[in-house]
Amino acid sequence: MELCEDPYIEMQGLSFSRGERVIFDKVDIAIPRGKVTGIMGPSGTGKTTLLKLIGAQLRPDRGCVLVDGENTTTMKRSKLFSVRKKMGMLFQSGALFTDLSVYENIAFPLRVHTDLSEALIRDMVLMKLHAVGLRGARDLMPSELSGGMARRVALARAIVLDPEMIMYDEPFVGQDPMAMGVLVQLIRMLNDALKLTSVIVSHDVRETASISDYIYVVGDTHVLGFGTPQQMLNSEDPRIRQFMQGLPDGPVPFQYPAKDYREDLLGSGDA
Amino acid sequence: MHKLLARLRLLGRAGLEGFEALGRSVIMLSRAIFGRSVFGSRYQLLLAQLYSVGVLSLVIITVSGLFIGMVLSLQGYNILVTYGSEQAVGQMVALTLVRELGPVVTALLFAGRAGSALTAEIGLMKATEQLSSMEMIGVDPLKRIVAPRFWAGFISMPILALIFSAVGIMGGAMVGVNWLGIYEGSYWGVMQNSVSFTDDVLNGIIKSVVFGFVVTWIAVFQGYDAIPTSEGISRATTRTVVYSSLAVLGLDFVLTAVMFGGL
Repeated sequence: MELCEDPYIEMQGLSFSRGERVIFDKVDIAIPRGKVTGIMGPSGTGKTTLLKLIGAQLRPDRGCVLVDGENTTTMKRSKLFSVRKKMGMLFQSGALFTDLSVYENIAFPLRVHTDLSEALIRDMVLMKLHAVGLRGARDLMPSELSGGMARRVALARAIVLDPEMIMYDEPFVGQDPMAMGVLVQLIRMLNDALKLTSVIVSHDVRETASISDYIYVVGDTHVLGFGTPQQMLNSEDPRIRQFMQGLPDGPVPFQYPAKDYREDLLGSGDA
Repeated sequence: MHKLLARLRLLGRAGLEGFEALGRSVIMLSRAIFGRSVFGSRYQLLLAQLYSVGVLSLVIITVSGLFIGMVLSLQGYNILVTYGSEQAVGQMVALTLVRELGPVVTALLFAGRAGSALTAEIGLMKATEQLSSMEMIGVDPLKRIVAPRFWAGFISMPILALIFSAVGIMGGAMVGVNWLGIYEGSYWGVMQNSVSFTDDVLNGIIKSVVFGFVVTWIAVFQGYDAIPTSEGISRATTRTVVYSSLAVLGLDFVLTAVMFGGL
């Protein structure tokens, strides 16, 4: 694929399972450098797991993950922590440290990884908070924030070290329409202004398609398709079409695997 | 035959799981406490934990110590007075506290007061992805979260046990001397003659150092290894208290046998 001549992240022959359940089976994914890539798919297909595999918080059963050319699957633990400094990750819940204020949460990565003076840290924290529209909320504790605000604070924390890549885990869930519009713009703006590589895991088709350069559709342990948002929206593949157009049932079943409904209700009564 | 095999298999699996957990806990602890510190000012984290683990346990430790000393003195007096040897109450109270009840009861109270709190705190951090996000920021949660809590428990326990014994001895004096009328000089004098620093006090300290290590290790591991759901955390907290209590009582027997049993 010509788009991926210079991928920032490369996953080759990646297989991962949780217990008996296979999540990914020999998946190849390349995330192009400097672009916004959406990873989409129905709930429960392992999108968040994919981000954890990229961040090497989980180890694949087979295959390897290359981040900026370095293989994280065989890396030593201490080296891994230094590679992770190049990545920012926005967790679905925000995952703010509940014992620190908003200000201290954002200052945390700076205090740990840099020797900046307190005045400089203050300026950087306020700039990042201003970017997400929450400069006035600096003294609040995470428990005093709404879910959407917590996510924006977490975004400020994720970008405070100016990472090379940001991973967003379901960034659009639970945002009100106003904050949503701002967030969508913000992700795009950050990517272009800071020359980042962005990965968005989401099942919000409209928002993700509107800011992504490329989209992967995953489902059923495989990559179903890859291309520009337009290509994906116009895809002929029935499984991709079902997801992108939000059809309730199709080749990808709405039901979690189960035995026959009729048999289940009227059957032997072994329950 | 079939059922017997199934039982055996279950037993085997439980055994394997137990050993696996033990292995994980050893790896966790060694990663937490050996190697280079990620955070330069780790002593500040340690101080904060010493406060919440140690200082905040002071109330329960001193109040319990006081009452236990008072009860010991009362019971001891009632028995010894029938032999006319109530002067030995001081000796009895001091030896019981310094050798046994000080380290053991402190460890049990500590497991309930501080151990369960450590487990719940770390488990909840895991459930709310705080540990994960810390990892992604490039900070090892074993060094930043687990290590200071472990050291705080390890350091606090012997100090708390000493305070427990000291307060208990004073409680014993309060009841024995001030209330029951034992001659003050003999209460303290007999105690001073019979309690040896190396055999009694030092052995008690060694016990509480061992208990501090084990109880805190169990507490931080159960939190770190908890299944990140509300049920998982509640079970982990329960396990911390149960395992720590059993470990303390079992180890106490072994240590006592080695120290005082003439082995």
